[in-house]
Amino acid sequence: MASIEMRNIVKQYGDGFPAVNDVSLDIADGEFMILVGPSGCGKSTLLRMIVGLEDITSGDMVIGGKRVNDLAPRDRNLSMVFQNYALYPHMSVYENIAFPLRLSKTPDDEVRRRVTEAADVLELNEHLDRKPANLSGGQRQRVAMGRAIVRQAEAFLFDEPLSNLDAKLRGQMRTEISRLQRRLGITTVYVTHDQTEAMTLGDRVCVLRKGKIQQVASPRELYEQPVNLFVAGFIGSPPMNFLPATLEGNRLQTPFGPIELDERRAAAVQGRDLLLVGIRPEYFEDASLVDEAKRPLGSVFRARVDVTEWLGDSQYAYIPYDAPDAIRDQLRDLSRELDSEALRTQAIVSIDATSRIREGREAEFWLDSRKVHVFDPQSGENLTRDAEAGARLTQLANEDRVEQVQEAQSQGHTISDDSGTGAHRAGAA
Amino acid sequence: MSRREKTWWMVGGILILVYCLFPIAWIVSLSFKAPTDIATGQFLPTQPTWSNYADIFTGTASDLFLPALRNSFGIVLIATAIASVLSMFAAYAIARLDFPGKTLILSTALAVAIFPVISIVTPLFNVWRQIGLYDTWPGLIIPYLSLTLPISIWTMSAFFREIPWEMEQAAQVDGATTWQAFRKVIVPLAAPGVFTTAIIAFFIAWNDFIYGISLTSTDAARPVPAALGLFSGASQFEDPTTVTAAAAVVVTIPVVILVLLFQRRIVAGLTNGAVKG
Amino acid sequence: MTTTTLPPREKTQPVSAPHGTISDRSRAERRLGWLLAGPAFFVMLAVTAYPILQAVYESLFSYRLTDPANRDFIGLSNYGVILTDPLWWQALGVTLFITVVTVFVELILGFALALVMAKALRSIRPVVRAAILIPYAVITVVSALAWQFAFDINTGFVNSWFAWLPGVGTDTDWFGGTWSALLVICLAEIWKTTPFISLLLLAGLAQVPDVLQEAAKVDGATWWQRMWKVTIPNMKAAIMVALLFRTLDAFRIFDSIFIMTAGANGTESVSFLAYRQTIARLEIGLGSAVSVLLFLAVVIIALGFIKGFKVDLAQARGDR
Repeated sequence: MASIEMRNIVKQYGDGFPAVNDVSLDIADGEFMILVGPSGCGKSTLLRMIVGLEDITSGDMVIGGKRVNDLAPRDRNLSMVFQNYALYPHMSVYENIAFPLRLSKTPDDEVRRRVTEAADVLELNEHLDRKPANLSGGQRQRVAMGRAIVRQAEAFLFDEPLSNLDAKLRGQMRTEISRLQRRLGITTVYVTHDQTEAMTLGDRVCVLRKGKIQQVASPRELYEQPVNLFVAGFIGSPPMNFLPATLEGNRLQTPFGPIELDERRAAAVQGRDLLLVGIRPEYFEDASLVDEAKRPLGSVFRARVDVTEWLGDSQYAYIPYDAPDAIRDQLRDLSRELDSEALRTQAIVSIDATSRIREGREAEFWLDSRKVHVFDPQSGENLTRDAEAGARLTQLANEDRVEQVQEAQSQGHTISDDSGTGAHRAGAA
Repeated sequence: MSRREKTWWMVGGILILVYCLFPIAWIVSLSFKAPTDIATGQFLPTQPTWSNYADIFTGTASDLFLPALRNSFGIVLIATAIASVLSMFAAYAIARLDFPGKTLILSTALAVAIFPVISIVTPLFNVWRQIGLYDTWPGLIIPYLSLTLPISIWTMSAFFREIPWEMEQAAQVDGATTWQAFRKVIVPLAAPGVFTTAIIAFFIAWNDFIYGISLTSTDAARPVPAALGLFSGASQFEDPTTVTAAAAVVVTIPVVILVLLFQRRIVAGLTNGAVKG
Repeated sequence: MTTTTLPPREKTQPVSAPHGTISDRSRAERRLGWLLAGPAFFVMLAVTAYPILQAVYESLFSYRLTDPANRDFIGLSNYGVILTDPLWWQALGVTLFITVVTVFVELILGFALALVMAKALRSIRPVVRAAILIPYAVITVVSALAWQFAFDINTGFVNSWFAWLPGVGTDTDWFGGTWSALLVICLAEIWKTTPFISLLLLAGLAQVPDVLQEAAKVDGATWWQRMWKVTIPNMKAAIMVALLFRTLDAFRIFDSIFIMTAGANGTESVSFLAYRQTIARLEIGLGSAVSVLLFLAVVIIALGFIKGFKVDLAQARGDR
């Protein structure tokens, strides 16, 4: 097990295109790091440079205190789970898992012991004699994991390992990976474009855009204190709403009425005329359902609801609004960059499932103005980010992690019988 | 599918069987006829006899047939082996490596494949006589490469493209050297494609007639198809028809065996190379 | 964990990377590529490009192998001789006739076979597939012999079996007349090569997604409409490849004619003419000129297909 340090890593292709541009990132021993970003952001390239399948144009890759730039993949002692699993079709499940041990000339009984152990953990015992072609998607995924955990690798690398599974299985395997990582306490780098995986799995998440790091922080910090429009728009589902706003004193004029800013924020945004205000869907509420005590902390506005979606436990309402052309174009560019397709300027607001707000009618909404962020439309920078609060969140997350690892390891090798869901991790926090 | 439809498709299938096998059945039947039995206008022999087979293996026709059989096997197998090895390297490069000229190589293969063989034979006939390759094994092996290489390159590239090359990287991450990754992962995956291609190349070289009759003059190198062509024209006292039929049956046996054993692979190879690429 | 948050720093471009490693690697890859593919490439070139150039050169001489002393440069005279000789036009006509007839029939028949194979019940599919490979794998000479013997006036059974047809009797000499001989030649060719076409078409059929058929059914198309408007347009690439390869192949017909008629009774094809001039009559100059003309004809057909029908071979064959 080892830490991974990257210093000014650059990957430039023959045509001069920098797929990864000056990335510096430290991954601590035992940490679960997520690399996330829209397609083409360089996350997979970065992972493949760690494992040695891609040459590093410049910069240093240091694993366990040793510079590995010039080492072949096999000399780096890392294990990797590929997106389509890369199971050897001509070998049985047993031989697939045993493959790394065979290559290192491990004695047969040792191989058998370790393969059986890995198969136990992953519940693959019944399938050891079968060929990969006869396995289901989830089973293949587990075989790939078995091949990764069977040897004492310095770190695990995952390249979008769940993207070929259906939604339900993806949820289960996500929990499984999380539990396994905690139990083994092994440094893990996990590439995904799925922000749910990023949020639930990572101790820290590194958000990449066009080969450059945007922000590296715990999921909570990313969510609550994003550094810029890109991160704010990428993290969270449904995504953050961005409304055009103009500043009047300490007040933002928005399509949804005025929003009062506190002293600190007001100071941070002074001297600018056009701004973007970022409000997450859950900062809204049906005004009729808000406590009288809470009401003064936010502002109330009336708007016509276009569509509502009732999901049983929650409800979303879509509220169209007008925006200046410049802002509209910019929001469209942003959404395209985030691999989505926003067709109209509308806000998505989350309201209580019991709310009786109906489509096509005007309704009164309340919005919690304490949590809004204000962005500079040109640079995308978050003007109201509270760096200290963010650092505190990430610090807390780190302490949680250390505690969890100790706890998981003291429980010993009984991964398979501790049933549960993703709530397990959240509960420990 | 309704019962009636099923019956019709079944009938269609049986018609195909008849279509494919009838001429073969005819030549087999003919090979069991005695020379005196051929002018009856009947499909089946009135008195089946092995005498034609005896003739080509031990009798008068054996001088022409046995050396030709030996030549055919030797020349075709060597040409197939060389073509397989050369096209294996080429297909690996085409499927796996990035280098300029890939398209050039594939287009050249295509051009050579559609090349009229007779246009090559004429000058080769001339040159081979000058440099002493006329009527020798190498004198046929070399032109057979022009028949087998193009299709081998196409077919094998098609097979190799389907190999999940990511496996090689996975193996390297698992601790394999480049050589180990190739031998333990890629070779087992590539072998079926190479094998299938070799069978198809064998068929093509085995089928050759033009080079066989043009570039040989004696039994030093004359392959079976050319010998068969001469059987019918040979001025023997007996009608050569039945003996020729027996020889034709014998040269058909190897390809029938290959077809029966590897039909699934052969179909995949033929269509892979041509349609899917 | 040393850094908790990396603010978006505005960095200058990274110091110029050592580009050497990249181009070294790709240069090594190029070299390896040619090292591996080179031998096959040069063998192919050597056994085709060299002889055809030699043929072009020889065709400019008046040259008989039996009379090597009188080897004179005569320019394009050989071509003049050939193109004014009815023998050449006869051979070209025969070749075109065989090509058009066989390819047309093979395409229809091959499509029918492919449809049957696609629908054939699982139980008989392997048998049908093995059977269909046999005509493909049997050598052309054997196929030609089988058909020749079947139609032969002495050894055959066709005359006695089909005596009830008008114009057929026990004394019908199929190989005695041009058209009847060409008919048998075409039959033998069609029998031998239809399976190959049908396999290509079957692969093409398999590439048309079933869901398209279902959608067309829901949209109310009849079987024929589905065939013409959905299936065939979607397997155009496969059809064109099959057509091109068979056309070029048929145009080079030689083996069957050699075996069945040896070019007698006006059944000589262009390939056979070239063979007879060179190998049999040792007229190297004239024979080479015929070879060159044949080569040009093949090139024209191929170009015609590629330009006229827009057969994108690279695409059809999956080349990127």
